[in-house]
Amino acid sequence: MIQFEHVVKRYGKNTILHDLNFTIPDGQFVVLIGPSGCGKTTSLKMINRLIEPDEGRILIDGEDYAGKNPVNLRRHIGYVIQQIGLFPNMTVAQNISVVPRLLGQDKAACDKKVHELLEMVDLPYEQYAHKYPNELSGGQQQRIGVLRALAASPPIVLMDEPFGALDPMTREVLQDEVKRLQRKLHKTIVFVTHDMGEALKMADIIIFMNGGQIEQMAPPEKMLEAPASDLVRSFLGKHQLSDSNPLYVEDFMRTNPYTVDFHRGVLECAEKMARSGVDTLLVTDDDDHYLGTVSIRDIKLKGREAGSIEPLISTEVRTVCLGDDAQESVNYLLTSGESYVVVLRPDQTVAGIITKNSMAKVVANTLWGDDK
Amino acid sequence: MKISLIWEHLYMVFWAVVFSLMAGLPLGVLTYFYPKARKAILWVVDLFQTIPSLALLGIIMVFLGAGKVTVITGLTLYSLLPIVRNTYLGLREVDPALKEAARGMGMSRGYQLLHVELPLASPVIFTGIRIAAVNAVGTAVFAIFVGGGGLGSMLYNGIRIQNMSMILKGTGVLMLMAILFDFGMGRVEVFLNRKTAGKSRVSAGYAD
Repeated sequence: MIQFEHVVKRYGKNTILHDLNFTIPDGQFVVLIGPSGCGKTTSLKMINRLIEPDEGRILIDGEDYAGKNPVNLRRHIGYVIQQIGLFPNMTVAQNISVVPRLLGQDKAACDKKVHELLEMVDLPYEQYAHKYPNELSGGQQQRIGVLRALAASPPIVLMDEPFGALDPMTREVLQDEVKRLQRKLHKTIVFVTHDMGEALKMADIIIFMNGGQIEQMAPPEKMLEAPASDLVRSFLGKHQLSDSNPLYVEDFMRTNPYTVDFHRGVLECAEKMARSGVDTLLVTDDDDHYLGTVSIRDIKLKGREAGSIEPLISTEVRTVCLGDDAQESVNYLLTSGESYVVVLRPDQTVAGIITKNSMAKVVANTLWGDDK
Repeated sequence: MKISLIWEHLYMVFWAVVFSLMAGLPLGVLTYFYPKARKAILWVVDLFQTIPSLALLGIIMVFLGAGKVTVITGLTLYSLLPIVRNTYLGLREVDPALKEAARGMGMSRGYQLLHVELPLASPVIFTGIRIAAVNAVGTAVFAIFVGGGGLGSMLYNGIRIQNMSMILKGTGVLMLMAILFDFGMGRVEVFLNRKTAGKSRVSAGYAD
């Protein structure tokens, strides 16, 4: 258990942490997040006393280590940093063995530990133990960085933006791996990040900090459900699927649908449909007001005698107006079997259409991010 | 030309470099550890370099008498600057992330110095030693004026009896010696660089 009690930190006149109070229970994956300069890294480094508080105390399992030699404390707290920080003059095995050696374990015990840990992340001992860090990829290096932190089986592991410098694919893999290791080994992990996606994925508890204070401390689910402030909400951003900000039809709409002027002839219409690969067109009048739709089926059935599309205009397709709640239209499309809804501006001109496709795209973007 | 002159010369250079390393390395570490001492130490070792070498040897001779001890003492003081400065620079330039990792993992200050900082600073420190050695080869020529012998006597005698071939021989040997030192120790530097950068198959003398 890690307890912060009235912790204050100042650098000159700047107060970095204002009376910080929180408790991290054992075995929890706690993520510190917030805008840069919010004090998250400072808080983290106070746990292993790389930074000392100006006021207040930090208790680890009820014990205040202030005033004692920090070296011993640090050997029992794993530490992973963003820059990885593997010692380039030592092999993988030597790097992993650093803390066990500091604790006086003999070579055989260290070697056994190295075997065991490398096996856990599927890096064969024979192939990797005697390599030097710069012979490994960034992802492999940070894997070793994590193993190095775990080598002496510390109950607590601190991670300071450990995956910040990795490419997105590698980051995903390592996130999964660390989460898996944490579940398996029941470590208390304190993890700093500025990536809300990472926080939501990894955390049991998220501590959202701002300006040296805690804005909100909650499990991810709770934070998504009820963000404590606008700042938290903006950080949650795309990850949030709550009804607190309703979605409007324009959020689901595809703009620039195919339209046709009602004076046009049927053949021209049919040709345009074929060219654009659609089976209906939206019909507008001279002032671009929406009149209805015309479909290829009607043209085939009655087009010959009509000549112009005007008699073929159908007004059966449902129309909605910009600013309408999207839920109704979405439900309609999902249940009616119709393929689209027309969205009109207040002046009855066409703004766009909602199709099942455009809906699916929005949902996908919300879930996995907007990759253009 | 007597081989013994070369040995005499090398003998003085060798011990001067050894002693200046013994003094300079701890001084370099001190300048790195204690910012307050830094200016004072660097100023003093810098000062030794500004004294003309012949004058420095003369001053020391007043205290220690003529002979090799005087020469070695003078050369030692003279070699301090590159060694102290490069030790300090080498330690300072070690990646801060590695220093933080070492500290955060619970290394004591001394352990961190011995196992992380000095090994990683070793190429830069060795550059300092190389500069010191190459300088000392040249400066040791003045040994002849304070009774130290060495290749300086060849030059001195050559000038006195106006024997050009003698002067050239002595100069040639000195130049060769300096070049060999520079080259040989440069190879060691390459080796150290590769070692600290963590290349698996380190082999001295081959850089690619």
